[in-house]
Amino acid sequence: MSLAHRIIPCLDTDGERVVKGVQFVNLRDAGDPAALAARYNIEGADELVVLDIAASRDHRPTFLETIRRVAAELAIPLTAGGGVATVDEGRAILRAGADKLTVNTAAIRHPELLTALAAEFGSQAVVLAIDAKRVGDHWEAFVRGGSVPTGLDAVAWAHQGVECGAGEILVTSMDRDGMRSGFDCALTAAISRVVNVPVIASGGADAPETFLEVFREGRADAALAASIFHDRIQGLGELKRYLGEHSISVRQTG
Amino acid sequence: MNVALVEYGAGNLPSVERALTRLGVESRRASTPEVLASCDALILPGVGHFGALMRSLAERSLVKPLRDAVAGGVPLLGICLGLQAMFASSDEAVGDAGLALFPQKVSALPPTDRLPHMGWNQLRRVRPSVLLAGVPQDAYFYFAHSYAALDAGEAGVALCDHSAPFVAVLEQKNIFATQFHPEKSGPVGAQVLSNFLRLAGSKS
Repeated sequence: MSLAHRIIPCLDTDGERVVKGVQFVNLRDAGDPAALAARYNIEGADELVVLDIAASRDHRPTFLETIRRVAAELAIPLTAGGGVATVDEGRAILRAGADKLTVNTAAIRHPELLTALAAEFGSQAVVLAIDAKRVGDHWEAFVRGGSVPTGLDAVAWAHQGVECGAGEILVTSMDRDGMRSGFDCALTAAISRVVNVPVIASGGADAPETFLEVFREGRADAALAASIFHDRIQGLGELKRYLGEHSISVRQTG
Repeated sequence: MNVALVEYGAGNLPSVERALTRLGVESRRASTPEVLASCDALILPGVGHFGALMRSLAERSLVKPLRDAVAGGVPLLGICLGLQAMFASSDEAVGDAGLALFPQKVSALPPTDRLPHMGWNQLRRVRPSVLLAGVPQDAYFYFAHSYAALDAGEAGVALCDHSAPFVAVLEQKNIFATQFHPEKSGPVGAQVLSNFLRLAGSKS
């Protein structure tokens, strides 16, 4: 008996439609968020993440409506975010039906935002999202959808973020995003070693073996993927059966 | 049957409401002593901070009506922080009194495993449970918390192990509670809510 490793489909939205890119660019339409949410809820997803990658003020009411539509389809937890910069914006996302919210750019500029969010909603509701790219012998954190380097070491930032109040880390390898070349296990393991909160690995998901690797070598508590699920390249049930057969604790469904 | 969710300005009411709707039950919200006193069954959902929850209940003058309703036999289901609020006190808010339906206290989980305890875990059943009727022994439920009741005496009917053994399901007469979120736990969570509604219907 132990905590199951989570498999988390991710819906990147531009407000009202799901989109998917490669290494954060070349976006294409990948469907209706509520329809995908309903499908993943039935197929055995352990959680769902919805991100507003446009993350502009103009888009915000549309995104909140998307959260409401997605939440209505789910009997599993929902995490949402994209451009959250204040406690009030966080509250709006949770009120729309999310259980947890992700913070990225604003937390790097103002780490005390994590503390304020944790004080208001509890650290279990605050997920620090880090977009990391290999630069020389380390990983650097990028912001604004991966377009702006920060000079911050991603692993050190993860540690600091948890000290400030984050209750979970969602680390995306920009090098692997959409490449289907496997998760960056070294990056995930490096972060997992320095924090005592759950770590969600993202970027590079492909065959079931890549999930096995990120749970074993990457020491991830959860793994997130988008296109392989949206495009039906990988079924959730089949993936979980494979992991279970390889002694990874997962919640088998159906 | 008249089921109400205790509304205190925070928490995850809509997701619990949706879960009840899927079971064919339209619930109402009780945010005043009058509404609270007129219900056949109560659900106390909870997300956030023990001290904030107790203060919100106090500001709305809901503490005594809630205790009175329970003393009068009204079935109550606490969820997550709603379970923790049933205890006398919590490490999370030293000095703040809980509902004290149980004399024990809520403790911070030791940092042996990763915290918060976040995700799907299995239960260890130690006594017969009516909430878990029809639920497979190896079922997973969704948890998201860093504090827990380590002891509830005879009322602890199922435990979970993460950092330490803690009470995952609590049952005593008309008092029921789960540390996990049934409304977020897929079909087995729906079964737990359905069991509570059935029990509440037979007691009211």
